[in-house]
Order: sequence, then structure tokens, then C-alpha cells
Amino acid sequence: MKAETFARLQAARAEGRPVALLTSLPDGAQLLFPDDTLPPALAEAAAAALAADAARNLSVEGQEWFIQPHNPPLRLIVVGAVHVAQALVPMAAGLGYAVTVVDPRRAFATEERFSGRVTLVDDWPDEAMARLAPDTRTAIVTLTHDPKLDDPALEVALRSPAFYIGALGSRKTHAKRLARLAEAGLTEAECARIAAPVGLAIGAVTAPEIALSVMAEVVAARRGAALAKRAPAPALEEK
Amino acid sequence: MSDQDDIFSTVAGWMAEGETVALATVVETWGSSPRPAGSQLAVTASGKLAGSVSGGCIEGAVAEVAQKTMASGAPQLLDFGISDERAWEVGLACGGKLKVFVEKLA
Repeated sequence: MKAETFARLQAARAEGRPVALLTSLPDGAQLLFPDDTLPPALAEAAAAALAADAARNLSVEGQEWFIQPHNPPLRLIVVGAVHVAQALVPMAAGLGYAVTVVDPRRAFATEERFSGRVTLVDDWPDEAMARLAPDTRTAIVTLTHDPKLDDPALEVALRSPAFYIGALGSRKTHAKRLARLAEAGLTEAECARIAAPVGLAIGAVTAPEIALSVMAEVVAARRGAALAKRAPAPALEEK
Repeated sequence: MSDQDDIFSTVAGWMAEGETVALATVVETWGSSPRPAGSQLAVTASGKLAGSVSGGCIEGAVAEVAQKTMASGAPQLLDFGISDERAWEVGLACGGKLKVFVEKLA
């Protein structure tokens, strides 16, 4: 790879811009999509590689090409700078996620409580979420237990194409949450996207264990693993 | 992908330090390869390694070829597989097959 190509690739990645590197085999000539002018077949394959986030091979007029997508990092938005969030942030960062923690309560979202690779936002969750504009490469987890903070975030999340939406809270808490969200005008099908209680059922007790169960489910959802598909929750008895 | 973030920033750091660097990339796999296409191993002329192209079975062989590529500047397309005598030597125990492209950063 030419140093100049490497520099262009690094610059695009620093800007958070999706690019694909096309390498002609075996001679190693390289092009960058969408920056360089490409034959339509190559441009189409590069766009498809970025959409699928998977490398691919293509033969064009007897020439072999290897196409490697470089998408910006997956994102995790955490609502609630609580104890579980402190465990979740480094774990998610280690898994390659760009993590943002949203909490308008000044005592929680502090630099002191969160060191390293995280963006802290102290806006109200609905404003923060609208501004962060979750896309298909975004996972969202609400952890506050407080409807004033969780619900507005979920309302934005459920109207976004985020690939994972999880909410901390027991089945009983979640039943109440579903009732509130229905009142706010969200359909049952929309609300069915919420993974609750959040995380895979590994019997997690401590904050790091809960963080592990959450990230395991986020990865399962991202990779389309069967574990991420939940059976409908059994109805709760009225009390 | 965090793998690449780490490898590319490591490579950028090496280049800034004046190291000569080669990049090995898995460009095709068949069967049960441990790392998918796009996985990368970076190697310096001084012998530093970052990343991986397998579960550790062929990194040594790839690093050796990378040294030659850094010396000559010529890229190499390598085949590793169970039917390959070389793979027996380096022990591709998984039984998979893969192609690795090795290029110099220049």
C-alpha cells in the first residue's frame, strides 16, 4: 500500500466517513471508494461491502479484486450514568463501540466516574437522542430506572433504525413501561423491539456481570445470533 | 471495527517512528478459518507484530514472507491450506484454507 493511500484511508476513518479499499490481486494496485473514480461494477460491489460490513472478492474482466469496507465504529448510547454504565463503558469500548453516556443529572455523568473512551452528554435524553440520531449501526441501552429519563429516550430510540434497544428493569417494571409507551402513541410492534429485562439471561448479579450480559446480547443482535431472538414474555399476573 | 482501529493506529505510530512496515490481509477463506477475510497482521522490519490472520498457526510464516516483501518491495499472494505442504509445516490444524496478501507500506 502506498503511504499516500494509507494516509487517505486514515483521514477518512478519522472523519468517521465510510470508505472501502479495493486491492487488485496479485499486483496490489489500490483504489478508494467513494473517493476514486471506479468502474460501475466495482463501485457497486464496494457499496455492497460497506452495507454488509463484510469484505468481498470480485472478478472484473479477468482481474481479481479484494474489497475491504472500513465503516466508522458501531455506536452504543447509554442512558443513565449509573454504576452498570461504569462497567459497560470500558467493555463496549473494548468491543469496538464508540460509547456515549447520556445523563442530565450532573452528579452522575462526570469525568471522574468515567475515564477513557467515552463521550458524556448532560442534555435531556430526548434532545440528546434526537441529536445523536441513532442509525442501523447504533445500539441503545437505558439504565436509569427513572421513567422521566428512560421513556423519552426510548420514544426516540423506537422511532429510529437502531439495531438494538434494551431497557434495564424487571418484567413488572417493563410492563408498566409498555403501558406508558402505548399512551405516548407507540404501537405494540414498535415496543416489541425493546429487549427487557436487558441482557442475556446469564444470572448476572454484579454491575460488571450485568454489563457482560448486555454486551453479549448486543453482539448477538449485531451478528444475527439465535440467542438475540427472544420468545414473547409470558403474561404477568395482575396483583 | 476495533481490530482495525488498533492495527491501523499501531501502524501509523510505527511509520511515524520511521519503521518499515508490511501489511498482511486475509483476502479469501474456505472452510473453518479462524479469522474472516479482511483480518490483518502488521509486521515491521525490526520484527514487531500487531493483529492476526489466523489463530496463531500461520503468523510466523506470514511474518517471514513479510520480511522478504519489505526487502524487495514486491507484494505476495500466499495460499495456506490443508493440501499445502507448507501448511502442514506451519500447522494449519483447523483444516481451513485461506489466501493472504502481503504488501509493503511505502
